[in-house]
Amino acid sequence: MVPLSYYLVLSGILFACGVAGFLIKRNIITIFMSIELMLNGVNLSFVAFAAHWHVLAGQIFVFFVMVVAAAEATVGLAIIIAVYRTRETLNVDQVNLLRL
Amino acid sequence: MTQNPYLWLIPVLPLAGAAINGFMGHRSSKRAVTTVALVFPGLAFALALKTALGFSSAAAPYVFHLAHWIRSGSFSADYAFYLDQLSLVMMLVVTGVGFLIHIYSVGYMAEDSSYSRFFTYMNLFMFFMLTLVLANNYLLMFIGWEGVGLASYLLIGFWFTKDSAASAGKKAFIVNRIGDFGFLIGLFLIIQNFKSLDFDKVFDSVTKLSSGPSTESLLTAVGILLMVGACGKSAQIPLYVWLPDAMEGPTPVSALIHAATMVTAGVYMVARSHAIFERAPVALTVVAVIGSLTAFFAATIGITQTDIKKVLAYSTVSQLGYMFMACGAGAFSAGIFHLMTHAFFKGLLFLGAGSVIHAVGGEQDMRKMGGLRSYIPWTFATMAIATAAIAGIWPFAGFWSKDEILWKAYQANWAYWAIGLVTAFITSFYMFRLLFMTFWGDYRGIEVDSHGHAHAADGHGEPHESPMVMLVPLMILAALSVVGGFVGYQEGFDHFLAPVFASREAAAEGGNHGLELLFMVVSVVVAVLGAILAWVLYVSKPYLPQKIAASLGAFYDAVLNKYYVDEIYAKLFVKPLVDASTSILWQGVDGKVIDDTVNNAADGAQHVSDEVRHMQSGNLRSYAGWIASGAAIVIAYMIWRGVGQ
Repeated sequence: MVPLSYYLVLSGILFACGVAGFLIKRNIITIFMSIELMLNGVNLSFVAFAAHWHVLAGQIFVFFVMVVAAAEATVGLAIIIAVYRTRETLNVDQVNLLRL
Repeated sequence: MTQNPYLWLIPVLPLAGAAINGFMGHRSSKRAVTTVALVFPGLAFALALKTALGFSSAAAPYVFHLAHWIRSGSFSADYAFYLDQLSLVMMLVVTGVGFLIHIYSVGYMAEDSSYSRFFTYMNLFMFFMLTLVLANNYLLMFIGWEGVGLASYLLIGFWFTKDSAASAGKKAFIVNRIGDFGFLIGLFLIIQNFKSLDFDKVFDSVTKLSSGPSTESLLTAVGILLMVGACGKSAQIPLYVWLPDAMEGPTPVSALIHAATMVTAGVYMVARSHAIFERAPVALTVVAVIGSLTAFFAATIGITQTDIKKVLAYSTVSQLGYMFMACGAGAFSAGIFHLMTHAFFKGLLFLGAGSVIHAVGGEQDMRKMGGLRSYIPWTFATMAIATAAIAGIWPFAGFWSKDEILWKAYQANWAYWAIGLVTAFITSFYMFRLLFMTFWGDYRGIEVDSHGHAHAADGHGEPHESPMVMLVPLMILAALSVVGGFVGYQEGFDHFLAPVFASREAAAEGGNHGLELLFMVVSVVVAVLGAILAWVLYVSKPYLPQKIAASLGAFYDAVLNKYYVDEIYAKLFVKPLVDASTSILWQGVDGKVIDDTVNNAADGAQHVSDEVRHMQSGNLRSYAGWIASGAAIVIAYMIWRGVGQ
């Protein structure tokens, strides 16, 4: 039996990687993947807690997160393609039309 | 008790007329507006007549309960109408004279572009005035009281594009507010002490109060406060200043509101509250003194005025003073009697003046009239009757009521009688002066140019008689001014009103008919003397008045300028108020406090935003950085707290 803390540490590392990637990277697709990483870091902690306390709510919540993430991926990727078609770049620093 | 299920229709019908003309009048034809404007007050008058014919003294007072209004604890005030001899007389005067003036207005206002607006206001006035006189409690009466004030304001300022008319309307409204303030406090005192505003209940409690200094001081306070209200509405000293200015309104308005009906509301209210006043001798004295002083002072001002409507305005103030003098002397029925006859002859005088003004093309200055007798014979004849009536010459209506007031005043205090008699002389003088200046001599409105062609100064042409629609009301009112006084023959009117006033006057009747006859002769002689003096000064020796005026010097100037009362009020009240409002309220409170608070708040927000806006770089990853570091801080805090547990 793997102790709960292992899962939580791994979950924290995954989330931190996601945050770091989100902040550092300039490519939109990489940033997008970082977001997925953060979501899945959180998902991991949910299922870990659910298994530890024998409560199904955590697992069900993970399904919800996955569904939302899938929907988000569809919409997000569509936006990315649209952006690339108009701007011909994936660098977020150059997608700054709304900036003052 | 005779049922009278349509009593409530009498005030409501004119309201319906006002509503129809108010909402649809500007889109309907003039004929339709006229029909609506006349039919509804006409129906109200017909119903009032029917009520009067079916009226029996035994059934009075009759209360018609229309609907609940206010129910709060033990206090209640309802939409209920009260019919007794007093309100019957008032109702007949208001609907009757009001209806005649509506007919007259059709002719007088025919050319006006705001024809439907005029009749909307007139009908609205009728509604409020009838509410006032038919109300069953002080609160409903107050609704009518304020409503007629509103209608008066709207009609004085009817030609609101004229600056003087707009400010005259405002003046009337504001001066009336001062009086209403007293009236309201009086009502609060009544509620506090009698727990009701219903006439029956209040007067019942008042008569049951045990006599003593506390009762008397309470009733004196209530009485004087009610009189303050009456002073405002009925233009008595010191609040009379609005009425002469109110002549800026159309002439039928002056006839209806500022002569026949609204301004008599104060007299009606004092008479209605007679139970309170009879137990407060000090308040009664105040009423009588204010009334007699007003009667005298306004009459002296009337002598010097040259604007035909201003003379009549001061005459109205003076005659209202008479009515208050009668009430103050305890002769409430004499006051109401004079109120009624005054409605006839003063309404007629104003309508006649309107006809004169109409004839000479809008001119109101009597110095530019003269000799109109032959041009407008019908107007002349009716105005002559009204002048005789107001002067108190037998057998016209004014003689009966004025004589009764003087007789009753003498019984209360000979000083009232003396002032009243002097006033009667002055009244006769200035009224015949008006008549002679307007109708005798040569027409002074026409200038003869160098070629000998006569033409009117304003291109209006020769004076012409008014149309029949204006003359018929004049004739009816003239007939009433002749015969209206005979209801007072042998105290007939007194006996009719006796159930209302529980006639303590009748008990005081000395029955000294010889003395009474002497009084009649004296007042007629005085009236005739006034007329003769006016004849001498303005017909046979027209150069004399200027000489007399010159020899009187400063005194004449003071009277000509209405004793500078308006100027004194302006200096004493208006200017300090305007100055204080400008420096303290406007520049101080509004400018420094309110405006500066708002401006500083806005400036502060701008400065803070200026600093903070750098956080919003527009760089997506810097936002994410802020979010992440914020989350990190929250988590660090929670861990730290968690460790501390």
